[in-house]
Amino acid sequence: MNDDLDETSEPELTEDEEALLEEMPALTGVGQTRRTFLAGSLGFFALDLLSFEKALAAMSLSPDAVTAAGSAAENLVQVVLKINGETKTLQIDSRVVLLDALRERLELTGSKKGCDQGQCGACTVIVDGRRVLSCLTLAASVEGREVTTIEGLAKGDELHPMQAAFIKYDGFQCGYCTSGQICSAVALLEEARRGDVSHATDDVTATTTRLTDDEIRERMSGNICRCGAYPGIVAAIQEVHSGRETKHTWRFVDEDQLARVRREDASETV
Amino acid sequence: MRPFKYVRASDAGTAAGAVAANPLAKFLAGGTNILDLMKEDVERPNELVDVTRLKLSEIRQTSGGVSIGALATNTDTANHPLIRNNYPLLTQAIVAGASAQLRNMATNGGNLLQRTRCQYFYDTAMPCNKREPGTGCGAREGLNRIHAIFGWSEKCVATYPGDMANALYALDAVVRVSGAGGRERTIPVNDFHRLPGDTPEKDTNLQHGELIVAIELPKSNFAKNSYYLKVRDRASYAFALVAVAAALELDGGTIRQARVVLGGVAHKPWRSQEAEAALTGKPASEESFRRAAEAALEDAKPLAHNTYKVELGKRAIVRALMRAGRLA
Repeated sequence: MNDDLDETSEPELTEDEEALLEEMPALTGVGQTRRTFLAGSLGFFALDLLSFEKALAAMSLSPDAVTAAGSAAENLVQVVLKINGETKTLQIDSRVVLLDALRERLELTGSKKGCDQGQCGACTVIVDGRRVLSCLTLAASVEGREVTTIEGLAKGDELHPMQAAFIKYDGFQCGYCTSGQICSAVALLEEARRGDVSHATDDVTATTTRLTDDEIRERMSGNICRCGAYPGIVAAIQEVHSGRETKHTWRFVDEDQLARVRREDASETV
Repeated sequence: MRPFKYVRASDAGTAAGAVAANPLAKFLAGGTNILDLMKEDVERPNELVDVTRLKLSEIRQTSGGVSIGALATNTDTANHPLIRNNYPLLTQAIVAGASAQLRNMATNGGNLLQRTRCQYFYDTAMPCNKREPGTGCGAREGLNRIHAIFGWSEKCVATYPGDMANALYALDAVVRVSGAGGRERTIPVNDFHRLPGDTPEKDTNLQHGELIVAIELPKSNFAKNSYYLKVRDRASYAFALVAVAAALELDGGTIRQARVVLGGVAHKPWRSQEAEAALTGKPASEESFRRAAEAALEDAKPLAHNTYKVELGKRAIVRALMRAGRLA
Protein backbone atom coordinates (compact mmCIF):
# COMPACT_ATOMS: atom_id res chain seq x y z
CA MET A 1 0.00 0.00 0.00
CA ASN A 2 2.23 2.86 1.22
CA ASP A 3 5.94 2.11 1.37
CA ASP A 4 6.74 5.25 3.32
CA LEU A 5 4.50 4.32 6.17
CA ASP A 6 6.26 3.91 9.47
CA GLU A 7 4.69 0.77 10.83
CA THR A 8 5.76 1.48 14.40
CA SER A 9 3.93 4.78 14.77
CA GLU A 10 0.24 5.07 15.48
CA PRO A 11 -1.38 6.85 12.57
CA GLU A 12 -3.90 9.58 13.23
CA LEU A 13 -7.44 8.47 12.49
CA THR A 14 -10.60 10.51 12.25
CA GLU A 15 -13.66 9.56 14.22
CA ASP A 16 -15.27 8.02 11.15
CA GLU A 17 -12.17 5.99 10.42
CA GLU A 18 -12.08 4.74 14.00
CA ALA A 19 -15.70 3.66 13.71
CA LEU A 20 -15.04 1.88 10.44
CA LEU A 21 -11.99 0.21 11.90
CA GLU A 22 -13.99 -1.26 14.75
CA GLU A 23 -16.44 -2.87 12.32
CA MET A 24 -13.75 -4.18 10.04
CA PRO A 25 -12.76 -7.85 10.10
CA ALA A 26 -9.16 -8.83 10.74
CA LEU A 27 -7.01 -8.56 7.65
CA THR A 28 -5.01 -11.55 8.66
CA GLY A 29 -2.95 -13.12 5.95
CA VAL A 30 -2.64 -9.85 4.09
CA GLY A 31 0.69 -9.11 5.69
CA GLN A 32 -0.30 -5.82 7.30
CA THR A 33 -2.04 -4.75 10.43
CA ARG A 34 -5.52 -3.32 10.02
CA ARG A 35 -4.31 -0.02 11.36
CA THR A 36 -1.42 0.51 8.96
CA PHE A 37 -3.48 -0.80 6.09
CA LEU A 38 -6.20 1.68 6.85
CA ALA A 39 -3.96 4.65 7.40
CA GLY A 40 -1.81 3.85 4.42
CA SER A 41 -4.57 3.69 1.92
CA LEU A 42 -7.66 5.43 3.19
CA GLY A 43 -9.53 7.23 0.48
CA PHE A 44 -12.50 6.40 -1.66
CA PHE A 45 -10.89 3.17 -2.74
CA ALA A 46 -10.24 2.12 0.83
CA LEU A 47 -13.74 3.05 1.89
CA ASP A 48 -15.12 0.89 -0.89
CA LEU A 49 -12.85 -1.86 0.24
CA LEU A 50 -14.07 -1.46 3.78
CA SER A 51 -17.68 -1.95 2.81
CA PHE A 52 -16.60 -4.89 0.68
CA GLU A 53 -14.75 -6.41 3.60
CA LYS A 54 -17.77 -5.82 5.78
CA ALA A 55 -20.00 -7.58 3.31
CA LEU A 56 -17.55 -10.46 3.16
CA ALA A 57 -17.49 -10.74 6.92
CA ALA A 58 -21.29 -10.87 6.95
CA MET A 59 -21.24 -13.84 4.56
CA SER A 60 -20.62 -16.76 6.84
CA LEU A 61 -19.71 -18.92 3.83
CA SER A 62 -17.22 -16.57 2.23
CA PRO A 63 -14.71 -18.64 0.26
CA ASP A 64 -12.00 -16.19 1.26
CA ALA A 65 -12.70 -16.80 4.90
CA VAL A 66 -11.44 -20.34 4.63
CA THR A 67 -8.12 -19.31 3.21
CA ALA A 68 -7.31 -16.61 5.71
CA ALA A 69 -4.97 -17.81 8.40
CA GLY A 70 -6.64 -17.94 11.76
CA SER A 71 -10.21 -18.29 10.51
CA ALA A 72 -12.06 -21.42 11.44
CA ALA A 73 -11.16 -24.15 9.00
CA GLU A 74 -13.23 -27.27 8.51
CA ASN A 75 -12.52 -30.70 7.09
CA LEU A 76 -8.77 -30.21 7.36
CA VAL A 77 -6.69 -32.22 4.97
CA GLN A 78 -2.93 -32.51 4.95
CA VAL A 79 -1.61 -32.14 1.45
CA VAL A 80 1.90 -32.41 0.07
CA LEU A 81 2.33 -30.11 -2.91
CA LYS A 82 5.22 -29.96 -5.36
CA ILE A 83 5.44 -26.36 -6.47
CA ASN A 84 8.23 -25.23 -8.80
CA GLY A 85 10.36 -28.16 -7.71
CA GLU A 86 9.88 -27.58 -3.98
CA THR A 87 7.85 -29.81 -1.72
CA LYS A 88 5.39 -28.04 0.58
CA THR A 89 3.20 -29.63 3.20
CA LEU A 90 0.04 -27.76 4.09
CA GLN A 91 -2.89 -28.29 6.44
CA ILE A 92 -5.83 -26.91 4.53
CA ASP A 93 -9.59 -26.74 4.61
CA SER A 94 -10.81 -29.09 1.88
CA ARG A 95 -12.43 -26.11 0.11
CA VAL A 96 -9.12 -24.39 -0.65
CA VAL A 97 -8.43 -24.23 -4.36
CA LEU A 98 -4.90 -24.36 -5.71
CA LEU A 99 -4.96 -20.64 -6.57
CA ASP A 100 -5.71 -19.65 -2.96
CA ALA A 101 -3.14 -22.11 -1.61
CA LEU A 102 -0.51 -20.53 -3.85
CA ARG A 103 -1.41 -16.94 -3.13
CA GLU A 104 -2.53 -16.99 0.47
CA ARG A 105 -0.44 -19.76 1.97
CA LEU A 106 2.70 -20.09 -0.13
CA GLU A 107 3.28 -16.40 -0.96
CA LEU A 108 3.29 -17.18 -4.67
CA THR A 109 1.16 -14.25 -5.76
CA GLY A 110 2.18 -14.34 -9.41
CA SER A 111 -0.89 -16.39 -10.31
CA LYS A 112 -3.79 -13.97 -10.37
CA LYS A 113 -7.42 -14.23 -9.34
CA GLY A 114 -9.57 -12.68 -12.03
CA CYS A 115 -13.05 -14.16 -12.32
CA ASP A 116 -12.46 -17.07 -9.89
CA GLN A 117 -14.81 -19.22 -11.95
CA GLY A 118 -12.91 -20.45 -14.98
CA GLN A 119 -13.74 -17.75 -17.45
CA CYS A 120 -10.65 -15.53 -17.66
CA GLY A 121 -7.46 -17.63 -17.49
CA ALA A 122 -5.57 -15.27 -15.16
CA CYS A 123 -4.98 -18.14 -12.71
CA THR A 124 -3.47 -20.50 -15.31
CA VAL A 125 -0.69 -22.72 -13.97
CA ILE A 126 0.96 -25.85 -15.36
CA VAL A 127 0.27 -29.19 -13.66
CA ASP A 128 2.19 -32.24 -14.88
CA GLY A 129 3.00 -30.34 -18.08
CA ARG A 130 -0.59 -29.32 -18.79
CA ARG A 131 -2.02 -25.85 -18.40
CA VAL A 132 -4.98 -25.80 -16.03
CA LEU A 133 -7.07 -23.27 -14.12
CA SER A 134 -5.94 -23.12 -10.51
CA CYS A 135 -9.21 -21.45 -9.45
CA LEU A 136 -11.18 -24.59 -10.34
CA THR A 137 -8.63 -27.06 -8.98
CA LEU A 138 -8.88 -28.20 -5.38
CA ALA A 139 -5.43 -28.00 -3.80
CA ALA A 140 -6.01 -31.41 -2.23
CA SER A 141 -6.59 -32.97 -5.64
CA VAL A 142 -3.13 -32.10 -7.01
CA GLU A 143 -1.19 -33.81 -4.24
CA GLY A 144 2.01 -35.26 -5.64
CA ARG A 145 1.61 -33.63 -9.04
CA GLU A 146 4.22 -31.21 -10.42
CA VAL A 147 2.87 -27.68 -10.28
CA THR A 148 4.68 -24.92 -12.18
CA THR A 149 3.66 -21.33 -11.64
CA ILE A 150 4.95 -18.14 -13.27
CA GLU A 151 7.53 -17.96 -10.45
CA GLY A 152 9.00 -21.26 -11.61
CA LEU A 153 9.67 -20.36 -15.24
CA ALA A 154 12.77 -18.16 -14.99
CA LYS A 155 16.15 -19.64 -14.13
CA GLY A 156 17.36 -17.21 -11.49
CA ASP A 157 17.76 -13.87 -13.24
CA GLU A 158 17.45 -15.40 -16.68
CA LEU A 159 13.92 -15.02 -17.98
CA HIS A 160 12.11 -17.84 -19.69
CA PRO A 161 12.16 -17.12 -23.46
CA MET A 162 8.40 -16.57 -23.35
CA GLN A 163 8.75 -13.98 -20.57
CA ALA A 164 11.43 -12.17 -22.55
CA ALA A 165 9.31 -12.26 -25.70
CA PHE A 166 6.30 -10.80 -23.88
CA ILE A 167 8.48 -7.86 -22.82
CA LYS A 168 9.95 -7.46 -26.28
CA TYR A 169 6.56 -7.41 -28.00
CA ASP A 170 4.69 -5.43 -25.36
CA GLY A 171 2.40 -8.39 -24.75
CA PHE A 172 0.67 -6.66 -21.87
CA GLN A 173 -0.48 -3.32 -20.56
CA CYS A 174 -1.72 -3.51 -16.98
CA GLY A 175 -0.09 -6.92 -16.54
CA TYR A 176 -2.82 -8.57 -14.53
CA CYS A 177 -3.49 -11.37 -17.01
CA THR A 178 0.16 -11.72 -18.00
CA SER A 179 1.29 -14.52 -15.69
CA GLY A 180 -1.65 -16.60 -16.86
CA GLN A 181 -0.98 -15.70 -20.47
CA ILE A 182 2.67 -16.71 -20.19
CA CYS A 183 1.99 -20.01 -18.42
CA SER A 184 -0.66 -20.74 -21.02
CA ALA A 185 1.68 -19.85 -23.90
CA VAL A 186 4.50 -22.02 -22.54
CA ALA A 187 2.17 -25.03 -22.36
CA LEU A 188 0.67 -24.20 -25.76
CA LEU A 189 4.06 -24.67 -27.42
CA GLU A 190 4.38 -28.10 -25.85
CA GLU A 191 0.90 -29.02 -27.10
CA ALA A 192 1.85 -27.88 -30.60
CA ARG A 193 5.06 -29.94 -30.44
CA ARG A 194 2.95 -32.97 -29.53
CA GLY A 195 0.79 -32.33 -32.60
CA ASP A 196 -2.42 -31.52 -30.72
CA VAL A 197 -5.24 -30.12 -32.85
CA SER A 198 -7.48 -27.15 -32.15
CA HIS A 199 -10.79 -25.70 -33.30
CA ALA A 200 -8.77 -23.73 -35.89
CA THR A 201 -7.28 -26.91 -37.39
CA ASP A 202 -8.78 -27.63 -40.82
CA ASP A 203 -8.06 -31.34 -40.98
CA VAL A 204 -7.95 -33.02 -37.60
CA THR A 205 -6.78 -36.30 -39.17
CA ALA A 206 -3.59 -34.67 -40.52
CA THR A 207 -0.50 -35.51 -38.48
CA THR A 208 1.09 -32.09 -38.54
CA THR A 209 -0.32 -28.70 -37.72
CA ARG A 210 1.25 -25.40 -38.63
CA LEU A 211 1.00 -22.95 -35.78
CA THR A 212 -0.48 -20.03 -37.70
CA ASP A 213 -1.55 -16.80 -36.00
CA ASP A 214 -5.14 -18.08 -36.22
CA GLU A 215 -4.09 -21.26 -34.44
CA ILE A 216 -2.39 -19.24 -31.70
CA ARG A 217 -5.42 -17.00 -31.24
CA GLU A 218 -7.74 -20.00 -30.94
CA ARG A 219 -5.39 -21.88 -28.62
CA MET A 220 -5.02 -18.81 -26.38
CA SER A 221 -8.76 -18.06 -26.24
CA GLY A 222 -8.92 -19.20 -22.62
CA ASN A 223 -6.84 -16.18 -21.57
CA ILE A 224 -8.71 -12.92 -21.66
CA CYS A 225 -6.81 -9.60 -21.80
CA ARG A 226 -9.00 -6.62 -21.10
CA CYS A 227 -6.28 -4.22 -22.18
CA GLY A 228 -6.35 -5.86 -25.58
CA ALA A 229 -2.66 -6.69 -25.84
CA TYR A 230 -3.48 -9.61 -28.10
CA PRO A 231 -1.35 -8.60 -31.15
CA GLY A 232 1.77 -8.46 -28.96
CA ILE A 233 0.90 -11.75 -27.29
CA VAL A 234 0.50 -13.53 -30.63
CA ALA A 235 3.77 -12.04 -31.90
CA ALA A 236 5.62 -13.12 -28.76
CA ILE A 237 4.36 -16.69 -28.98
CA GLN A 238 5.05 -16.84 -32.70
CA GLU A 239 8.66 -15.75 -32.17
CA VAL A 240 9.37 -18.26 -29.42
CA HIS A 241 7.67 -20.96 -31.47
CA SER A 242 9.46 -20.27 -34.75
CA GLY A 243 12.79 -19.25 -33.24
CA ARG A 244 12.91 -16.44 -35.81
CA GLU A 245 13.75 -13.28 -33.98
CA THR A 246 12.39 -10.04 -35.32
CA LYS A 247 14.09 -6.72 -34.66
CA HIS A 248 13.21 -5.01 -31.44
CA THR A 249 11.34 -1.87 -32.47
CA TRP A 250 11.52 -0.06 -29.12
CA ARG A 251 13.64 0.10 -26.00
CA PHE A 252 13.52 1.51 -22.48
CA VAL A 253 15.07 4.99 -22.12
CA ASP A 254 17.34 5.96 -19.26
CA GLU A 255 16.94 9.05 -17.04
CA ASP A 256 19.23 11.24 -19.20
CA GLN A 257 17.40 10.43 -22.37
CA LEU A 258 14.07 11.05 -20.67
CA ALA A 259 15.27 14.43 -19.42
CA ARG A 260 16.44 15.35 -22.93
CA VAL A 261 13.08 14.44 -24.43
CA ARG A 262 11.31 16.53 -21.80
CA ARG A 263 13.49 19.56 -22.57
CA GLU A 264 12.84 19.21 -26.30
CA ASP A 265 9.11 19.01 -25.71
CA ALA A 266 9.23 21.72 -23.05
CA SER A 267 6.86 19.47 -21.23
CA GLU A 268 6.79 18.01 -17.76
CA THR A 269 4.57 15.11 -18.65
CA VAL A 270 6.08 12.81 -21.23
CA MET B 1 -18.50 -22.52 -0.60
CA ARG B 2 -20.08 -24.84 1.96
CA PRO B 3 -17.86 -27.22 3.90
CA PHE B 4 -17.44 -30.73 2.53
CA LYS B 5 -15.53 -33.85 3.37
CA TYR B 6 -12.84 -34.67 0.81
CA VAL B 7 -12.25 -38.36 0.13
CA ARG B 8 -9.94 -39.92 -2.44
CA ALA B 9 -11.21 -43.19 -3.89
CA SER B 10 -8.93 -46.12 -4.66
CA ASP B 11 -11.21 -48.09 -6.98
CA ALA B 12 -14.47 -47.59 -8.86
CA GLY B 13 -16.55 -49.87 -6.64
CA THR B 14 -15.47 -48.08 -3.46
CA ALA B 15 -16.04 -44.69 -5.04
CA ALA B 16 -19.55 -45.65 -6.14
CA GLY B 17 -20.24 -47.14 -2.72
CA ALA B 18 -19.13 -43.97 -0.93
CA VAL B 19 -21.40 -41.76 -3.02
CA ALA B 20 -24.30 -44.23 -2.90
CA ALA B 21 -24.11 -44.24 0.90
CA ASN B 22 -24.51 -40.46 1.20
CA PRO B 23 -27.35 -38.69 -0.65
CA LEU B 24 -25.38 -35.43 -0.43
CA ALA B 25 -22.10 -36.86 -1.82
CA LYS B 26 -20.82 -36.19 -5.34
CA PHE B 27 -17.97 -37.44 -7.47
CA LEU B 28 -15.12 -35.05 -8.24
CA ALA B 29 -13.21 -35.52 -11.49
CA GLY B 30 -12.00 -32.49 -13.50
CA GLY B 31 -14.00 -30.20 -11.23
CA THR B 32 -14.50 -27.58 -13.94
CA ASN B 33 -18.27 -27.50 -13.50
CA ILE B 34 -18.94 -28.72 -9.98
CA LEU B 35 -16.44 -26.41 -8.25
CA ASP B 36 -17.81 -23.48 -10.20
CA LEU B 37 -21.36 -24.41 -9.14
CA MET B 38 -20.24 -24.92 -5.53
CA LYS B 39 -18.68 -21.45 -5.48
CA GLU B 40 -22.02 -20.11 -6.73
CA ASP B 41 -23.82 -22.11 -4.01
CA VAL B 42 -25.85 -23.94 -6.67
CA GLU B 43 -24.34 -27.35 -5.89
CA ARG B 44 -24.14 -28.09 -2.16
CA PRO B 45 -22.51 -31.47 -1.62
CA ASN B 46 -21.26 -32.26 1.89
CA GLU B 47 -18.81 -34.82 0.57
CA LEU B 48 -16.67 -34.99 -2.58
CA VAL B 49 -15.28 -38.34 -3.64
CA ASP B 50 -12.20 -37.61 -5.79
CA VAL B 51 -12.06 -40.24 -8.54
CA THR B 52 -9.17 -38.72 -10.49
CA ARG B 53 -6.68 -41.35 -9.31
CA LEU B 54 -8.78 -44.27 -10.61
CA LYS B 55 -7.36 -46.10 -13.61
CA LEU B 56 -10.16 -45.22 -15.99
CA SER B 57 -8.36 -43.09 -18.55
CA GLU B 58 -7.43 -45.67 -21.16
CA ILE B 59 -8.45 -45.21 -24.79
CA ARG B 60 -8.28 -48.51 -26.64
CA GLN B 61 -9.47 -50.43 -29.65
CA THR B 62 -12.13 -53.04 -28.88
CA SER B 63 -13.64 -55.76 -31.06
CA GLY B 64 -16.64 -53.52 -31.66
CA GLY B 65 -14.90 -50.16 -31.99
CA VAL B 66 -13.12 -47.94 -29.50
CA SER B 67 -13.56 -47.61 -25.74
CA ILE B 68 -12.68 -44.28 -24.14
CA GLY B 69 -12.12 -44.16 -20.41
CA ALA B 70 -14.41 -41.91 -18.41
CA LEU B 71 -11.38 -40.23 -16.81
CA ALA B 72 -9.45 -39.62 -20.02
CA THR B 73 -9.28 -35.85 -20.37
CA ASN B 74 -11.06 -34.11 -23.22
CA THR B 75 -7.62 -33.12 -24.59
CA ASP B 76 -6.27 -36.66 -24.57
CA THR B 77 -9.44 -37.99 -26.16
CA ALA B 78 -9.62 -35.40 -28.92
CA ASN B 79 -5.96 -35.94 -29.83
CA HIS B 80 -5.80 -39.73 -29.63
CA PRO B 81 -5.01 -41.21 -33.07
CA LEU B 82 -7.86 -43.73 -32.72
CA ILE B 83 -10.30 -40.87 -32.28
CA ARG B 84 -8.78 -38.44 -34.79
CA ASN B 85 -8.71 -41.09 -37.52
CA ASN B 86 -11.93 -43.01 -36.85
CA TYR B 87 -14.16 -40.42 -35.19
CA PRO B 88 -12.96 -36.98 -36.34
CA LEU B 89 -16.45 -35.66 -35.56
CA LEU B 90 -15.76 -36.32 -31.88
CA THR B 91 -12.39 -34.56 -32.06
CA GLN B 92 -13.99 -31.54 -33.72
CA ALA B 93 -16.79 -31.40 -31.16
CA ILE B 94 -14.42 -31.58 -28.19
CA VAL B 95 -12.05 -28.88 -29.44
CA ALA B 96 -15.05 -26.64 -30.19
CA GLY B 97 -15.80 -26.57 -26.48
CA ALA B 98 -14.33 -24.52 -23.63
CA SER B 99 -10.63 -23.53 -23.60
CA ALA B 100 -7.39 -25.52 -23.71
CA GLN B 101 -7.04 -25.23 -19.92
CA LEU B 102 -10.55 -26.53 -19.29
CA ARG B 103 -10.17 -29.37 -21.82
CA ASN B 104 -6.97 -30.40 -20.05
CA MET B 105 -8.93 -30.71 -16.80
CA ALA B 106 -12.31 -31.93 -18.01
CA THR B 107 -12.90 -35.66 -18.23
CA ASN B 108 -15.20 -37.46 -20.64
CA GLY B 109 -17.48 -38.69 -17.87
CA GLY B 110 -17.74 -35.25 -16.32
CA ASN B 111 -18.34 -33.66 -19.68
CA LEU B 112 -21.50 -35.76 -20.13
CA LEU B 113 -22.67 -34.59 -16.70
CA GLN B 114 -22.13 -30.86 -17.09
CA ARG B 115 -25.13 -28.86 -16.05
CA THR B 116 -27.04 -26.19 -17.92
CA ARG B 117 -25.72 -22.66 -18.31
CA CYS B 118 -29.20 -21.17 -17.88
CA GLN B 119 -28.60 -17.91 -16.01
CA TYR B 120 -31.60 -18.53 -13.74
CA PHE B 121 -30.13 -21.88 -12.69
CA TYR B 122 -26.90 -20.10 -11.71
CA ASP B 123 -28.54 -17.22 -9.87
CA THR B 124 -29.67 -18.38 -6.44
CA ALA B 125 -31.79 -15.21 -6.06
CA MET B 126 -33.98 -16.41 -8.94
CA PRO B 127 -36.58 -19.17 -9.07
CA CYS B 128 -35.46 -22.36 -10.81
CA ASN B 129 -37.18 -25.74 -10.81
CA LYS B 130 -33.94 -27.45 -11.72
CA ARG B 131 -32.04 -25.99 -8.79
CA GLU B 132 -34.92 -25.90 -6.32
CA PRO B 133 -37.90 -27.98 -7.48
CA GLY B 134 -41.21 -26.18 -7.05
CA THR B 135 -39.88 -22.61 -7.11
CA GLY B 136 -40.87 -21.98 -10.72
CA CYS B 137 -38.95 -21.22 -13.93
CA GLY B 138 -37.40 -17.78 -14.24
CA ALA B 139 -36.60 -18.25 -17.90
CA ARG B 140 -40.02 -19.35 -19.18
CA GLU B 141 -41.26 -15.74 -19.18
CA GLY B 142 -37.87 -14.14 -18.56
CA LEU B 143 -34.76 -13.69 -20.69
CA ASN B 144 -34.68 -16.84 -22.79
CA ARG B 145 -32.48 -16.01 -25.74
CA ILE B 146 -30.14 -18.96 -25.08
CA HIS B 147 -32.88 -21.45 -24.17
CA ALA B 148 -34.62 -24.43 -25.75
CA ILE B 149 -36.76 -24.60 -28.86
CA PHE B 150 -37.38 -28.34 -28.59
CA GLY B 151 -38.61 -30.64 -25.85
CA TRP B 152 -39.01 -28.03 -23.10
CA SER B 153 -41.73 -28.09 -20.47
CA GLU B 154 -43.50 -25.39 -18.49
CA LYS B 155 -41.21 -26.42 -15.62
CA CYS B 156 -37.92 -25.88 -17.47
CA VAL B 157 -36.67 -24.43 -20.75
CA ALA B 158 -32.94 -24.92 -20.12
CA THR B 159 -30.52 -26.42 -22.65
CA TYR B 160 -27.74 -28.94 -22.32
CA PRO B 161 -24.63 -26.87 -22.98
CA GLY B 162 -22.05 -29.43 -24.11
CA ASP B 163 -20.42 -30.17 -27.45
CA MET B 164 -18.84 -33.59 -26.98
CA ALA B 165 -22.18 -35.29 -26.33
CA ASN B 166 -23.64 -33.99 -29.59
CA ALA B 167 -21.00 -35.98 -31.47
CA LEU B 168 -21.48 -39.02 -29.22
CA TYR B 169 -25.20 -39.02 -30.07
CA ALA B 170 -24.38 -38.97 -33.78
CA LEU B 171 -21.90 -41.81 -33.30
CA ASP B 172 -24.35 -44.07 -31.38
CA ALA B 173 -22.09 -44.22 -28.33
CA VAL B 174 -22.93 -46.32 -25.28
CA VAL B 175 -22.18 -45.18 -21.73
CA ARG B 176 -20.82 -47.82 -19.35
CA VAL B 177 -21.54 -47.15 -15.68
CA SER B 178 -20.57 -48.88 -12.46
CA GLY B 179 -22.70 -49.00 -9.32
CA ALA B 180 -21.82 -49.77 -5.73
CA GLY B 181 -19.95 -53.07 -5.50
CA GLY B 182 -18.76 -52.80 -9.11
CA ARG B 183 -22.03 -53.87 -10.74
CA GLU B 184 -21.94 -52.52 -14.31
CA ARG B 185 -24.62 -51.62 -16.83
CA THR B 186 -24.71 -49.82 -20.15
CA ILE B 187 -26.91 -46.94 -21.29
CA PRO B 188 -27.17 -45.96 -24.98
CA VAL B 189 -26.11 -42.29 -25.01
CA ASN B 190 -29.43 -41.36 -26.64
CA ASP B 191 -31.14 -42.47 -23.42
CA PHE B 192 -28.57 -40.95 -21.11
CA HIS B 193 -29.87 -37.38 -20.79
CA ARG B 194 -33.51 -36.59 -20.07
CA LEU B 195 -36.04 -34.03 -21.21
CA PRO B 196 -37.14 -31.80 -18.33
CA GLY B 197 -40.81 -32.82 -18.07
CA ASP B 198 -41.97 -32.51 -14.47
CA THR B 199 -38.56 -33.36 -12.98
CA PRO B 200 -36.02 -30.91 -14.45
CA GLU B 201 -33.80 -31.46 -11.40
CA LYS B 202 -32.85 -34.79 -12.97
CA ASP B 203 -30.50 -34.19 -15.92
CA THR B 204 -29.73 -37.83 -16.66
CA ASN B 205 -30.89 -41.39 -16.06
CA LEU B 206 -27.90 -42.19 -13.86
CA GLN B 207 -28.77 -43.45 -10.39
CA HIS B 208 -27.19 -41.66 -7.43
CA GLY B 209 -23.85 -43.38 -6.81
CA GLU B 210 -23.43 -44.71 -10.33
CA LEU B 211 -20.06 -43.82 -11.79
CA ILE B 212 -19.41 -43.53 -15.52
CA VAL B 213 -16.43 -45.76 -16.28
CA ALA B 214 -16.23 -45.66 -20.08
CA ILE B 215 -17.86 -44.53 -23.30
CA GLU B 216 -17.99 -47.18 -26.00
CA LEU B 217 -17.95 -46.12 -29.64
CA PRO B 218 -19.17 -48.68 -32.21
CA LYS B 219 -17.38 -48.98 -35.56
CA SER B 220 -18.32 -46.01 -37.68
CA ASN B 221 -18.72 -45.45 -41.41
CA PHE B 222 -18.93 -41.71 -40.91
CA ALA B 223 -15.22 -40.90 -40.61
CA LYS B 224 -14.89 -39.61 -44.18
CA ASN B 225 -17.97 -37.42 -44.19
CA SER B 226 -18.70 -35.72 -40.91
CA TYR B 227 -18.55 -32.19 -39.58
CA TYR B 228 -19.15 -30.39 -36.31
CA LEU B 229 -20.42 -26.83 -36.67
CA LYS B 230 -20.77 -24.55 -33.69
CA VAL B 231 -22.41 -21.11 -33.79
CA ARG B 232 -21.82 -18.87 -30.78
CA ASP B 233 -21.69 -15.25 -29.71
CA ARG B 234 -17.93 -15.05 -30.19
CA ALA B 235 -15.40 -17.03 -32.21
CA SER B 236 -14.06 -19.13 -29.36
CA TYR B 237 -14.58 -20.05 -25.71
CA ALA B 238 -18.37 -19.64 -25.56
CA PHE B 239 -21.33 -21.98 -25.36
CA ALA B 240 -23.26 -22.85 -28.50
CA LEU B 241 -26.34 -20.95 -29.53
CA VAL B 242 -26.82 -23.71 -32.07
CA ALA B 243 -24.45 -26.56 -32.87
CA VAL B 244 -24.77 -29.33 -35.44
CA ALA B 245 -23.08 -32.71 -35.48
CA ALA B 246 -23.57 -33.93 -39.04
CA ALA B 247 -22.46 -37.29 -40.43
CA LEU B 248 -23.07 -38.95 -43.77
CA GLU B 249 -22.33 -42.40 -45.13
CA LEU B 250 -22.17 -41.99 -48.89
CA ASP B 251 -22.50 -44.54 -51.65
CA GLY B 252 -21.21 -42.60 -54.60
CA GLY B 253 -23.37 -39.49 -54.57
CA THR B 254 -26.19 -41.14 -52.64
CA ILE B 255 -26.70 -40.91 -48.88
CA ARG B 256 -26.85 -44.41 -47.40
CA GLN B 257 -27.40 -43.17 -43.87
CA ALA B 258 -27.13 -39.88 -42.03
CA ARG B 259 -26.94 -38.39 -38.56
CA VAL B 260 -28.06 -34.91 -37.63
CA VAL B 261 -27.78 -33.91 -33.98
CA LEU B 262 -28.48 -30.37 -32.80
CA GLY B 263 -26.85 -28.82 -29.74
CA GLY B 264 -27.97 -25.76 -27.80
CA VAL B 265 -31.65 -26.27 -28.63
CA ALA B 266 -32.96 -28.70 -26.00
CA HIS B 267 -32.43 -30.18 -22.54
CA LYS B 268 -30.38 -32.90 -24.26
CA PRO B 269 -28.56 -33.24 -27.58
CA TRP B 270 -31.43 -33.23 -30.10
CA ARG B 271 -31.12 -35.99 -32.65
CA SER B 272 -33.34 -35.18 -35.61
CA GLN B 273 -34.75 -38.38 -36.97
CA GLU B 274 -36.87 -36.23 -39.30
CA ALA B 275 -33.76 -34.82 -40.95
CA GLU B 276 -32.09 -38.21 -41.08
CA ALA B 277 -35.14 -39.77 -42.75
CA ALA B 278 -35.26 -36.91 -45.25
CA LEU B 279 -31.63 -37.57 -46.20
CA THR B 280 -31.58 -41.35 -46.44
CA GLY B 281 -31.49 -42.56 -50.04
CA LYS B 282 -31.28 -39.03 -51.42
CA PRO B 283 -28.44 -37.49 -53.41
CA ALA B 284 -25.88 -35.59 -51.37
CA SER B 285 -26.80 -32.11 -52.57
CA GLU B 286 -27.64 -28.71 -51.16
CA GLU B 287 -31.26 -29.28 -52.15
CA SER B 288 -31.49 -32.50 -50.09
CA PHE B 289 -29.81 -30.76 -47.18
CA ARG B 290 -32.31 -27.88 -47.29
CA ARG B 291 -35.24 -30.28 -47.20
CA ALA B 292 -33.66 -32.08 -44.26
CA ALA B 293 -33.13 -28.77 -42.46
CA GLU B 294 -36.77 -27.79 -42.98
CA ALA B 295 -37.85 -31.19 -41.63
CA ALA B 296 -35.58 -30.85 -38.62
CA LEU B 297 -36.94 -27.49 -37.49
CA GLU B 298 -40.59 -28.03 -38.46
CA ASP B 299 -41.73 -28.83 -34.93
CA ALA B 300 -39.57 -26.23 -33.16
CA LYS B 301 -41.37 -24.25 -30.45
CA PRO B 302 -39.33 -21.11 -29.86
CA LEU B 303 -39.74 -18.88 -26.81
CA ALA B 304 -40.06 -15.09 -26.69
CA HIS B 305 -36.38 -14.35 -27.37
CA ASN B 306 -35.04 -17.30 -29.33
CA THR B 307 -37.09 -17.46 -32.52
CA TYR B 308 -33.79 -16.76 -34.30
CA LYS B 309 -32.67 -20.29 -33.43
CA VAL B 310 -35.15 -21.73 -35.94
CA GLU B 311 -33.64 -20.06 -38.98
CA LEU B 312 -30.14 -20.32 -37.54
CA GLY B 313 -30.69 -24.03 -36.94
CA LYS B 314 -31.77 -24.59 -40.55
CA ARG B 315 -28.81 -22.73 -41.99
CA ALA B 316 -26.41 -24.44 -39.60
CA ILE B 317 -27.69 -27.86 -40.65
CA VAL B 318 -27.26 -27.07 -44.34
CA ARG B 319 -23.79 -25.68 -43.74
CA ALA B 320 -22.69 -28.64 -41.61
CA LEU B 321 -24.00 -31.16 -44.16
CA MET B 322 -22.30 -29.29 -47.00
CA ARG B 323 -19.00 -29.53 -45.11
CA ALA B 324 -19.61 -33.15 -44.20
CA GLY B 325 -20.38 -33.99 -47.84
CA ARG B 326 -17.31 -32.01 -48.90
CA LEU B 327 -19.46 -29.80 -51.08
CA ALA B 328 -18.30 -26.64 -49.32
